This record gives sequence, structure tokens and C-alpha cells, in this order.
Amino acid sequence: MIIVSYILMLIGAFFYAIGGLGIYRMPDLFNRAQAGTKATTLGTLSLLLGVGVQQPSWIPKLLLIAVFIAVTNPVGSSTLARAGYHSGVPIYEGTQVDDLKELYKKEDGLDE
Amino acid sequence: MSKFIGASVIMFIPWVLLAGSDPSELILGATVAMVIAGIIYRNLDYAFKSGSLAGAIKFLVVYVPVFLWELVKANIDVAFRVLNPRMPINPGFVKIPTGIKGDYGRLALANSITLTPGTLSVDGDENHLYVHWIDVMGESQKERGELVSGPFEDILGGIFK
Amino acid sequence: MMNAFVFTLVGLGLFFSLLRLLTGPTPFDRVLSLDTMNIIISGSIVLIALIFNNALYLDIAIVYAVLAFLETIVFARYLEGRS
Repeated sequence: MIIVSYILMLIGAFFYAIGGLGIYRMPDLFNRAQAGTKATTLGTLSLLLGVGVQQPSWIPKLLLIAVFIAVTNPVGSSTLARAGYHSGVPIYEGTQVDDLKELYKKEDGLDE
Repeated sequence: MSKFIGASVIMFIPWVLLAGSDPSELILGATVAMVIAGIIYRNLDYAFKSGSLAGAIKFLVVYVPVFLWELVKANIDVAFRVLNPRMPINPGFVKIPTGIKGDYGRLALANSITLTPGTLSVDGDENHLYVHWIDVMGESQKERGELVSGPFEDILGGIFK
Repeated sequence: MMNAFVFTLVGLGLFFSLLRLLTGPTPFDRVLSLDTMNIIISGSIVLIALIFNNALYLDIAIVYAVLAFLETIVFARYLEGRS
């Protein structure tokens, strides 16, 4: 049982490392947000599961932490990406399509 | 009244998870939850309908396993992209149609899109979501919508209408 | 022994996001890396709870996660309004 727990915890920690590396290597804010959010969410879930296998009496609290992080982490990075697009952070030059431009052009037109 | 019940239940469940199921803790938690719900329930826009419980069970049984599986796939995808020295990315912002109305359904859909392979929801308007996609595929809006939110659109549409 | 491996990987994640925090070209990149670091830190608080065998640290992890979320939202709103 303890081996299963450590394998889950190692997987979680590995995805934390991937998340950090993704934040460092990706070329612009939006790609960084993608790598960071996904990797840390699964990392946390896997790590909490590993801890729960070793300490079954902690499972309710761990469940609360897991649900909270799974709900709020994507909301946080979506808000950040939206704010970043609004204030015009540089976008990676390899970006293919940009459907968002029309939305903000319309909004800016209304403001003036 | 339905708002009051909904608010009390929503405050009571985290209390049980935090404090355990000791009888004195349960009584204290229920009392405090009902007092606070009595103070704030006029300002909430959440109503506890008869369909809510069935929706919650459906959410747990149907949606959560699909979501977890997609999350694992997304992470393997991210790991390959990050560890590959050439970083095969081909990003873009795409606009996808969605049929889901209502704040909670929208929140669940946007979160699912953020945690599925290669996509991050950025913004939305009445009938569309704007999504940053790390590897753009497909040509038309409809085709892309099918690729990005296909599996969740049906499940969440059944739960939140 | 196994704890050392787990904490090495967690530390690697923290190290790379710290590099992004220090070098990030825009404030948004810094806030994003801070958000990632906060999630990693609340995960390691749970690990510390396991190692010290003390359930009190779990409450700290919950409060830390709540504050981290609020911090990200407040920073995003502030930076959006400023420009």
C-alpha cells in the first residue's frame, strides 16, 4: 500500500516539475498558462490521492482541497489570460488564427 | 425558501468535510449554517429546485470520470510538448459555438475546456466561447467546436440544460 | 528516501517557476508563475502534514489555497484596469 502511495506522490511531483518547466520554456503568456494550469492541477490531485492512501482518516479534508483547487485553478488562469489579452501582452509570432481580435475591436469601438 | 435550503446545504457540506461527523459538531454546523443562510439568502441567485439533486448525482457519476480521464490525457500531451526539445506548438485563438446557457453550466464548460488537451478558455459572449488552442486543427467554427468541446457539450447540456 | 525524490521534483518545479518570476517580461507572466508556485506550495504543505503526521497542516493548506486564488484574481483585475 505504501508503494502505491509513493508512486502516486512521485507522479504528482513529476507533473509539478513539468508545470514549472512549461512555465519556463513556453514562448508566450497563453501557452505558459496552458502548461502551468493543467500540470499543477493533475499534480495536486495525484499527490493528494497518494497522501490519502497513507492516511485514510484525512480523506474528507483532502477531498475539500482537491475540489477547491480543481475548480479555482482554471478560473484563475482564464481570468489572467483574459486580462493579459485585454492589455495587449505580446503574442507568440507563430500564432495561426486570432478570432478574439474582432471581439475586442467591437468593444473598443463602443467605448469611443 | 428554496434559496434558504440551498444556501444551508452548500455551507453545511464543507463543514462536515472539515470537522468530521461527531454529533456535537454536526449540530453546531447545522445551526451556524442555518443562521448565516437566514441572513444572506435574499442576496443569492441560486435556487434549490427538485431537479438539483438528480443533476448533482448525474454530474458526479457521468461527468467527473470523463473529466478525470480527459485531464490525464491533457497532462500526457503537455508533458510531451514541454519535454520535446523542438516544442511542437501551433497556437491560435479560435471561436467556438456553445449551446449551454446559465452561469454554472458555463463555468463547468469553461473549466473543462481549460483542463482538456491543449485548450484554455479565454473569454465568452452570448453564444460563443473564445479558446486559446495550442495546436489548431479544423477549418470551420463548427468543426473546431466539435473537436474542442464535443464530449462535454452533450454531458453538461443534459445536466444544466 | 522516497521523500527526498518527491521533494526534489517539487523543488525543480518551484525553481523553474521562480526563474520565470524573476525574468518574466510582463507583469502577467510574473503573476502566472506566482500562481503556479502557490499551487505547488499548497501541495507541499500537504506533504509536510504527511511527514510530520499532523493534520493541522491540512487546514493551513486549505487557507493557503483560498488566499492564492484571491491573490490571482485581484492581481489580474488590478493589472487589467491599470493599462
